[in-house]
Amino acid sequence: MTTPPPFELPLWADALIATLLVVGALATLLGAYGLARFSQFYLRVHAPTKATTLGVGGVLLASAIWFGVRGGTFLPRELLITLFVFLTAPVSAHLLIKAALHLARLKDGSLPK
Amino acid sequence: MTAAVLPWVIGAFVIALLLSLGRLLRGPTAPDRILALDTMYVNAMALLVLIGIELDSALYFEAALVIAMLGFVGTVALAKHVARGRIID
Repeated sequence: MTTPPPFELPLWADALIATLLVVGALATLLGAYGLARFSQFYLRVHAPTKATTLGVGGVLLASAIWFGVRGGTFLPRELLITLFVFLTAPVSAHLLIKAALHLARLKDGSLPK
Repeated sequence: MTAAVLPWVIGAFVIALLLSLGRLLRGPTAPDRILALDTMYVNAMALLVLIGIELDSALYFEAALVIAMLGFVGTVALAKHVARGRIID
């Protein structure tokens, strides 16, 4: 049994996909580092919600280009997930902040500085 | 170029998952843990998409879509449970 030869991407697609992947990975890493290192919850909620959105957007866009160039037809199913994540990430962050504010007011009745 | 970069990108996402896991275990409050879970499902979804590129298979896309939808519903349910004490009002 012989394995088929690996698919050769055109140079522009290869460079574009590699750039999108690296930018997405760096953004996600920064977001997770902020989540691990910041001192308050209201700072911590800021880092991953923005950076992860950018990171996942980059990775999904790279995947859409990869399968678009690979298959010949551009059928952007990945854009479906991208749209969904971009719509839902602010909603979940808002709900989380509301929950944290509720807990802070239950604890000592004051809003955070 | 993509083939050379892809293992490093997957490694970066795994490190991001581990950092989020550290926040999930450390807390200190319930919203912190929910936020860490939220970040983890988004990162796991991106990791599945990357594995789909690496293995050159379109199968992983459906799994990523399911994770995206169920993860959002889970985050909303947990946040509402913390804020109100009930999920459906």
